[in-house]
Amino acid sequence: MVGVVIVLSLLLFFWLRSLPGGTVSAILGERATPESRAALTEALGLDQPIPVQYLKFLQRAVQGEFGVSTGVLPGRDALEIFFARLPATIELSFFAMLIAVALAVPFGYLAARRRNSPPDTFLVILSLVGVAVPVFFLAFILKYQLAIEHPIFPVSGRQDPSLNCTRVTGFFVLDGILTREFDCSVDALWHLVLPSVALATIPFAVIFRITRASVLEVLDEDYVRTAESKGLATRTIRGRHIMRNALLPVVTMIGLQIGALLAGAVLTESVFSWGGIGEALYLSYNRRDYAVMQILILATAAIYVIVNLLVDISYAIIDPRVRTR
Amino acid sequence: MSPPSLNPMNRKKQRIDDLARTAGREPAAAGAGGGSVAVLDAGTVDEKPGVSLIASAWRRLRRDPVFLLGAGITVVFVVLALIAPLIAPHDPAAGLLLDKVRPQSNPVPGPEPGFPLGADDRGRDLLSRLIVGSRQTLIVGVFATMFGLLGGLVLGTLAGAIGGWVDAAVMRTVDVLLSIPGLLLAMSIAALASRPSQWTVIIAIAVVQVPIFARLLRGSMLAQRHSDHVLAARSLGVRPNAVVFRHMLPNSLGPVIVQATLVLATSIIDAAALAFLGLGNPNDDIPEWGQMLGRAQTFIYDHPSLAIYPALCIITVALGFTLMGESLREALDPKSRR
Repeated sequence: MVGVVIVLSLLLFFWLRSLPGGTVSAILGERATPESRAALTEALGLDQPIPVQYLKFLQRAVQGEFGVSTGVLPGRDALEIFFARLPATIELSFFAMLIAVALAVPFGYLAARRRNSPPDTFLVILSLVGVAVPVFFLAFILKYQLAIEHPIFPVSGRQDPSLNCTRVTGFFVLDGILTREFDCSVDALWHLVLPSVALATIPFAVIFRITRASVLEVLDEDYVRTAESKGLATRTIRGRHIMRNALLPVVTMIGLQIGALLAGAVLTESVFSWGGIGEALYLSYNRRDYAVMQILILATAAIYVIVNLLVDISYAIIDPRVRTR
Repeated sequence: MSPPSLNPMNRKKQRIDDLARTAGREPAAAGAGGGSVAVLDAGTVDEKPGVSLIASAWRRLRRDPVFLLGAGITVVFVVLALIAPLIAPHDPAAGLLLDKVRPQSNPVPGPEPGFPLGADDRGRDLLSRLIVGSRQTLIVGVFATMFGLLGGLVLGTLAGAIGGWVDAAVMRTVDVLLSIPGLLLAMSIAALASRPSQWTVIIAIAVVQVPIFARLLRGSMLAQRHSDHVLAARSLGVRPNAVVFRHMLPNSLGPVIVQATLVLATSIIDAAALAFLGLGNPNDDIPEWGQMLGRAQTFIYDHPSLAIYPALCIITVALGFTLMGESLREALDPKSRR
């Protein structure tokens, strides 16, 4: 864990230094005046030896100073932008993961139980196609068909601006429930449908396939046959014997899919102007806003590592063997 | 060879003597030595020749409809890429319908005789661009996979074969790269390029694959380090280099080949995503499907055909590679061998 953080900071440091134009252009943008460049070069200590610079970089990072945004929201602190946009992405990812897991696990179980039946074949093909479709293309198609051609869902954004909603947490659905402005919640959910479906496709495909493979493996086990011959109810066998044992690889895969979700968010949020971290990343690369880029890369890596730590902890709940070890 | 004794202790000694004799006779042929050990070890001589994993995998793949479909798509795609300039009706870079482009009223000329799919916003024939685009798409897929594989091969072999601090240093770096979502890492690498081109896109996508291949190889190297065939080779005095390259590496290639087939698909999709994010190759005289799809976003609501055709091409080819990879994975898995 500590090693990972050190290596990440080193990589980030050298990455920033090798960006076209160097760190000064990275922070000030390419249209900065020579005076401000010279001032910043001195302020950042770029005339000092590299180990000293690296320590200074670490010091600033620990204090949360990642610089000021030049492109996404010029003049605002990069860290502030990140925290302002974080809830939007968490909300979207949460619903996308909810859709993916809620569909993939039951379907994976059914497909394994009726192996080689038409529904199984259909679901397997669907999951293979799901991985092959570029996420942003799917997002465009959904938006075109269901928001523009047939205006069922809103075209973009998280909330209808004509609604006057109170903000509490930044999670719009939760805000509506907390303030009892239920029309706000419903509107936010309505906005969530298309982006979260687009974002859910790849996690759905991957989780479906791992569930199916894992259930197939467990179905062959002796204890399932024993449970069946004992005459236990199908529901008991499914819950206690099959799913409990089959879920371990599924949980690992759900953790690993967080990365795919964050990458997919860059594409989906850009198509639907979602206003989350993903869109900010897209904007920061397009407008060469290195301060924002830096914090976002660091933060997504951190989120990914933390989520996978949580996944490891959740093993203990599912698998007693991990607990006793 | 003396007749087998009934006393188990003597039988064991005899086996070691026989092993020593074979080793003495053929000091270099470690593989042949290993084979005769196995036969002796079994006690009874098995006359039936064993079926190698590759042979049995191939026998099943030949009849697997999923594999055949995937391989069929791939073959059509590769042949198309090879002969593309010969069958394309027009020059993909020439703005033949440029006079029909009206930036205000009609930015994308529709189909007309000789131009069955119409043209793009610069008046270039869409069908020709799709046909010729297959070549660059194949190049992106193959080279990104190859560079990723090579990088992973070097790092994974170093880590798995040497171990110690080399292993620790390589694996920490690999862990960090794996903790950044793939597309983000590709974006970061692509942003480093001061002059983006097709090759910066390829390298950006390849870098994402390096840690995956490295981890895969190191894992299977570590698993083999204490396995019997490596121990046998080592105790026969085979040089460490030869143990790594002739005994360990070939045995690790199965999962690597499967992964490479799947990466061929994802790298084509990633190239499209990079183009969509504005980090692709800005020069589109030589078309590539991902680039065409990424550029089409400007016109996607008024002229969706500009995006749908390259997207369908990408989906078909990615599906072909994925089908092939998945059936390969199943065929090479010793567990599913029946």
